[in-house]
Amino acid sequence: MVNQLSSPAETTPVVDTVRDQVLADVQATLGAVVVDSLVKPGDDMWIRVSTLSWNESMKKLQAMGFDYFCFLSAIDWMPSPYGRGEDDPTEPAPERDTTIRPGYTGGDTRMQLLVRLVNSRTHVGINVKTDVPNEVYTVDSIANVFAGANWHEREAHEMFGIGFVGHPDLRNMYLPTDFEGFPMRKDFPLLARMVKPWPGIVDVEPLPGGDAESEEAS
Amino acid sequence: MTILNDPVSAKLGDRAQLSYIASQAADARLNVELETEGMTLNIGPQHPATHGTLRIIARLDGEQVLWAEPSCGYMHRGYEKLTEVRSFPQVTSLINRIDWLGSFANEVPFILAAEKLMGVEAPPRAQWIRTILFELSRIANVSLFLGDLGVQLGAITPVFMAFRDREYVLNLIESATGGRFHPNFDRIGGLKDDLPAGWIDETKVVMKKLRNFCDEIESLLFGNEIFQSRTRGIGVIPRDVAMQYGLSGANLRASGVDWDLRRDQDSSMAWNKVDFKVWTHPDGDSFARCWVRLQETREATKIVDQLLDGIPAGPVMAKVPKIIKVPEGEAWVSTENPLGEMGYYVVSRGDSGPFRVKIRSASFNNISITPWLLRGVYVPDIITILASLYFILGDIDR
Repeated sequence: MVNQLSSPAETTPVVDTVRDQVLADVQATLGAVVVDSLVKPGDDMWIRVSTLSWNESMKKLQAMGFDYFCFLSAIDWMPSPYGRGEDDPTEPAPERDTTIRPGYTGGDTRMQLLVRLVNSRTHVGINVKTDVPNEVYTVDSIANVFAGANWHEREAHEMFGIGFVGHPDLRNMYLPTDFEGFPMRKDFPLLARMVKPWPGIVDVEPLPGGDAESEEAS
Repeated sequence: MTILNDPVSAKLGDRAQLSYIASQAADARLNVELETEGMTLNIGPQHPATHGTLRIIARLDGEQVLWAEPSCGYMHRGYEKLTEVRSFPQVTSLINRIDWLGSFANEVPFILAAEKLMGVEAPPRAQWIRTILFELSRIANVSLFLGDLGVQLGAITPVFMAFRDREYVLNLIESATGGRFHPNFDRIGGLKDDLPAGWIDETKVVMKKLRNFCDEIESLLFGNEIFQSRTRGIGVIPRDVAMQYGLSGANLRASGVDWDLRRDQDSSMAWNKVDFKVWTHPDGDSFARCWVRLQETREATKIVDQLLDGIPAGPVMAKVPKIIKVPEGEAWVSTENPLGEMGYYVVSRGDSGPFRVKIRSASFNNISITPWLLRGVYVPDIITILASLYFILGDIDR
């Protein structure tokens, strides 16, 4: 194992009373729609709400003090079938494990939405996730709750192909109108890496000598 | 010609009748002429007021904007996708280019997020130097804004002063990191190198110069009657609207929100070791946004001065493995960048590169308010409002 100047166990508190209290309040306000939750003491907190209650949950969270809209984005939990784009295009493509494995607070679908809200008085932030139904890829828009979500939803729409019901104007922000495919999905290949081998692979190869060997041993 | 048959006009003489008809016709013609048809004005993509390639489509009624919408994407480089095929140390050279005027500040939140996932903390000396370089990039960034502000309003002099004095700061950044614009100096676990000899004394001299620059700008520009009349009461953003749109940085503080991530958030940086004031303004107009930025620049020079006096001794790099593999997990770190809150949501799968990085850039949120804000303003005010919101195109499109 590697020696570090300070180990995280010494610095981070084991219990986070502030966030535990906030989470209890959130669960009391939202009720059963909170599917899962996680508090990392001294760091951050996550909740996952059911897809159908997405818009309603946002309204309730806003009313209980999470009034600052930080960002909205999506995560595609399917590992890329192209790996890290380091395959040699002249060789046959290797088989990769593309089993979907969700992150914190779990999940049942390939895509998840992620919104970060902050309480402007206590400065406690919360990451709210929700599942995006497979195949349909449609959720309710929250642009009527947080006006700033408008552009973020447009971005998620063109990059991940997620539809937002009730969004006023889901035009493309970045891509040309006739662009096909959703670039941020993991199964959308990075074309620059498809046409010729990635030369940068040398950068991450272990250096001769040094502590590379000990790293491999651990 | 019903008018000729009605009893009132029948009493008038022919001459009076004719003049009455003529005046009516003239009125009608005037009305037709003034009935301006809706016009669509295209500003940009290449326009001095757009700091890059932003295009604004405004539908006008006379001089008034009925509807305006920025059109982004002229500089979209797909950094979020590219990070997925890079290793963690390689990502910093990409994200340097997001806000190119304050590049070092872009690297810091990403490195902090990676360190958080790895459970590594930079040694104190590295934290202090990081904070100093962070504030220097803020000064370099915002001083250019202060100069550029004059150009938007037709004052040419301030921009020369801004370029002159920003160069001192860039020289400092260059002598410490080797790069004027893209330092790529921050490493997981610390910094690439220690400060060069004599750098601290030189920085103190430059900070004095920059404070003079702030004073000059304050008297030249902010005291100017034309500047005030062009910015006061223009583009007012109320507090709750600012919160809904996720405005951050000086734009949020100019709407009266006393919130600065440097003060209000725990981070392994040295801001909690120094005294500084968080400036706010209750008005929320263009003037307030510019004024808050001016005060922040002056405050940043004082932060740097305080930090220079107390840099602890020791190494600038923690012990980290040569091949960096970040343990599985998710982390969110944001810092108070020159343009506002910049944060990275990093998802790692225990690999040498990130699984997903969401880049939350300040300008994207700051500029998303423009369709709301530009409605009903006059055409010349579009320029001052956009200038006062202060965005960098690379920071919108990423």
